[in-house]
Amino acid sequence: MSVHKSGITAALFVAVLLLPVVFSEPFYQHIMIAAGINIILAVSLGIIVGYLGELSLSHGAFYGIGAYTSALLMTKLSLPFVLAFPLAIIFTGLMGFLIGIPALRLSGHYFAIATLGFQGIVILLIINMVDLTRGPMGLSGIPSPGAFDLFGITISFQDKIPFYYLTVAVMSVVLLLTRNLIGYKYGQAFIATREDPLLAASIGVKPRKYRMLAFVISTAMAGAAGSLYSHYTLFISPDSFHLGESIYIATMVIIGGRGTILGPLVGAILLTTLPEALRFTGDLQFVLYGLMLMLVVVFMPKGVIGIFDHLKQPRTQQNNHAG
Amino acid sequence: MAFLSIDNISKSFGGLSANREITLSIKEHEIVSIIGPNGAGKTTLFNIITGVEPSDSGSVRFAGADITAMATPEIARLGLVRTFQQTKIFRDLTVVEAVMIGHHLHDRTGLLGAFLSNRFAREQRKKKLEIALEILEFIGMADRKDSITQNLPYGEQKLLNIAIALAAKPKLLLMDEPAAGMNPTESMRMMETIRRIKETGITVGLVEHNMRLVMNISERVFVLNYGELIAEGRPEEIRNNQKVVEVYLGRQSRAGA
Repeated sequence: MSVHKSGITAALFVAVLLLPVVFSEPFYQHIMIAAGINIILAVSLGIIVGYLGELSLSHGAFYGIGAYTSALLMTKLSLPFVLAFPLAIIFTGLMGFLIGIPALRLSGHYFAIATLGFQGIVILLIINMVDLTRGPMGLSGIPSPGAFDLFGITISFQDKIPFYYLTVAVMSVVLLLTRNLIGYKYGQAFIATREDPLLAASIGVKPRKYRMLAFVISTAMAGAAGSLYSHYTLFISPDSFHLGESIYIATMVIIGGRGTILGPLVGAILLTTLPEALRFTGDLQFVLYGLMLMLVVVFMPKGVIGIFDHLKQPRTQQNNHAG
Repeated sequence: MAFLSIDNISKSFGGLSANREITLSIKEHEIVSIIGPNGAGKTTLFNIITGVEPSDSGSVRFAGADITAMATPEIARLGLVRTFQQTKIFRDLTVVEAVMIGHHLHDRTGLLGAFLSNRFAREQRKKKLEIALEILEFIGMADRKDSITQNLPYGEQKLLNIAIALAAKPKLLLMDEPAAGMNPTESMRMMETIRRIKETGITVGLVEHNMRLVMNISERVFVLNYGELIAEGRPEEIRNNQKVVEVYLGRQSRAGA
């Protein structure tokens, strides 16, 4: 990474840390936390959509699995957050592995439909396992991650600013791990299976192995987002993890620009803040929102961040990512 | 000692038999060509050797190992790599990135190392880049390293396909019609490239229609027709083989009559 680029990254990071101080209204801080969680979801789904080239419509379900696992571990087993959080990630990744076994045999539309089916199953299970999940009524009384003492001051994650920093920390780790995963052998192998499974196999890339790896890592990260969410809102219900949520996350990836890490990140920020920014327009907000999404899809096949590409290399082919 | 030996391979698609009890072998460090009219079963044979399709019967051995039932990536790991008739390149990537992927098998980066972006991971990536550049130099495409693969002219896409395969460091490279659709200048360049690949110690198996190329560089030639092996020998023997001439030109008696 060039000095120039790492300078920009450092400046951005400082800005991110200062955000809740500058915008001190709880409403803004709430949106920042939501954006952080959505970034984790979008960037992790971006591994599947952008690098494996498969559309998964079950990310909301994995998000929900993480949320319910973490919440139940803390409420039923009284585990502390520091245990519930990693266990939720592992359990969600394990579910990703189990679903990956049949689903990853498929590709293209068939894969998307298989994940759609799994999405439906998870919601049905959450609704019907009333003894465990309290069904459609949702789980309430979820504890927050707790509190700790810092130089004699008690910092509680029930407050928005500490929770924001917790979210930023998890988000940063997710971004860093994703960048490193993509930057080395693994990302190249994912791209190889996306571009040409037969060619990939011919030079020794095992498509099944790498597709599974990407899927498990991606779903485990969704589990992390779910855990954060449940200990932030302190109440979860199936409504937060249904198909609409999965489509919403997929939209972030596609609007932002798939095949990159920055794309889903930008997409998540846009789709979290845009509805709020449009709120002043009243009933018109959904129309404007829909219109913007349509315009992006029609005129920016590479997503919003495709604009930068376009500025950098005006001569590259426009339809690179269209297919 | 045979490096690659194909023993009694048969394969049929429905009623059509694409390979009928084919037995042939390739010795280490030679260039061997498989020729025959369209539909003779050449590509099917390559697919069976490299684990893309299963055979109905028979066995394939490579470098002392039975690879009949092995999957393509495992076969590649043993050092048997192929190129494709329909040129396959990783689209959307730069040329050097595509060739780097070819070196996948020799990149020993672990998942944890990658996650942590540790020194070993960085070294492995650097080594992979160096090898990719070396191969592009070798194949004469160093100046194209930053081009997007799908924007390359056809002839260079074919060369890139070979560069990707070479990056896997094969011991035996099977090429499926490397010169197909090339103009005479391009196919001369391809012939030179194949010869130089052989000089680096790689055994080469070709499926090719360009007779000038085949007769020029092959040490031995196998001829398939309707899925059957009808002749084998040195290029000059094949040229004068009555059966082969009939297959390609029709029967002399009829033609003369």
